[in-house]
Amino acid sequence: MKVIVDMDRCQDHGQCVFSAPEVFRLDDAGHLVYEADPDESLRDAVEEAADVCPLQAITVG
Amino acid sequence: MDRVVIVGASMGGLRAAEQLRAAGYEGELIAIGDEPHMPYNRPPLSKEVLAAEVTHAAVAFRLRDSVADVTWRLGTPVAAADLDAGELTLADGSTLACDGLVVATGLRPRRLPLPGGEDRRHVVRTLDDAARLRPCLTPGARVVVVGAGFVGCEVAATARTLGAEVTVVAPETEPMLRPLGPELGAALRARHEARGVTFHLGATVRAFTDTGVTLSSGADLAADVVVEAVGSTPRTEWLEGNGLDLSDGVLCDGTLRVEGRPNVVAVGDVARFPNPRYDDVPRRVEHWSIPTDTAKRAARTLLGEDGGPFLPLPSFWSDQYDLRLQSFGAPALGEDVRVLEGDLETEAVVGHHRDGRLVGVVMLGMARRMAHYRGRLLDDVPALT
Repeated sequence: MKVIVDMDRCQDHGQCVFSAPEVFRLDDAGHLVYEADPDESLRDAVEEAADVCPLQAITVG
Repeated sequence: MDRVVIVGASMGGLRAAEQLRAAGYEGELIAIGDEPHMPYNRPPLSKEVLAAEVTHAAVAFRLRDSVADVTWRLGTPVAAADLDAGELTLADGSTLACDGLVVATGLRPRRLPLPGGEDRRHVVRTLDDAARLRPCLTPGARVVVVGAGFVGCEVAATARTLGAEVTVVAPETEPMLRPLGPELGAALRARHEARGVTFHLGATVRAFTDTGVTLSSGADLAADVVVEAVGSTPRTEWLEGNGLDLSDGVLCDGTLRVEGRPNVVAVGDVARFPNPRYDDVPRRVEHWSIPTDTAKRAARTLLGEDGGPFLPLPSFWSDQYDLRLQSFGAPALGEDVRVLEGDLETEAVVGHHRDGRLVGVVMLGMARRMAHYRGRLLDDVPALT
């Protein structure tokens, strides 16, 4: 599965972290970092993360 | 069930379509919307989008493959529904039969019940509203924002950032009083005032004049632009005549089923439903997290699945200037409001308690404490009988 976050849109709300902590996290400075090629078994969690992103910045392929 | 019609083509309608497919529904799906646009994300309309260029592309929801075969009938409001017959009548006079119905019509902005000033009066609910307002927010423009809730405060911040002279008029004693409480509300007001926004609180607009507005105090305010941000009304007129309780949105049970109608569910901020996380009182919830949460549950209810208690944890955020407010839970239900951490001058967590129980938090900054408080509220599920 491919995950792309539009970093021009992302405002580090961190809501995706709650849905898919295996894929998304905030670093010590509070900025989003993510796994771009996570395992397919995480699809439901990643889809939910994309749903709850306030800026709708996450694309799942 | 062979044909499900979703009335409302905004976030709730889109999420309902996705969730029906995710839950295994393979029949026909038709979504009807009164706006000409495909579903889009509304929160940026009072923030980023209003501050930049207003385009549908900037806010459009991505469409999953699972909803590629949904029929979208846009720019066509539904005028009436006969639920016994399973038939909808659209504004263009055409009719549409359905086996299952999802109510997702959301809200329309309330307007001040006063004549005059039409050329300068605005609301911010739709993309077209934002596109009309955007060119008016020029440096030096005199902008009066009526209402100090989410939309009012965000529009005030955006307009001020664009260089407009901004005045906020609201009947409450502090901005965003209900969700934030008096102390955080005062802190928010101070941030706005430090940027040059003027507040007239405990005040209402009595009349529109040739040059602006007259307040309840008799004072006249000059205004090139008046933004009416005075709340919203559920759009349920089209459901009248079916014996439903439409006194505030559409009354649902705890699974989002519309009372007494096995084949009708409601999603988003038009749905009034009980949340046993708090009590058994049905309420509408206007927060952004609700369309997604309710759609997930309502889709399964419509397909006859029993999913156990539905206990969504509401969540909202608001960005004003460089300030971020983030809430979890139901702060507006709390009577005892106090700072739990930090201080209101910099960063803080404000706890809202009811009967000694923490029912919601609002965080001013403090992003590093988000997981802690969200987890604490999520895990606090009362014993259900």
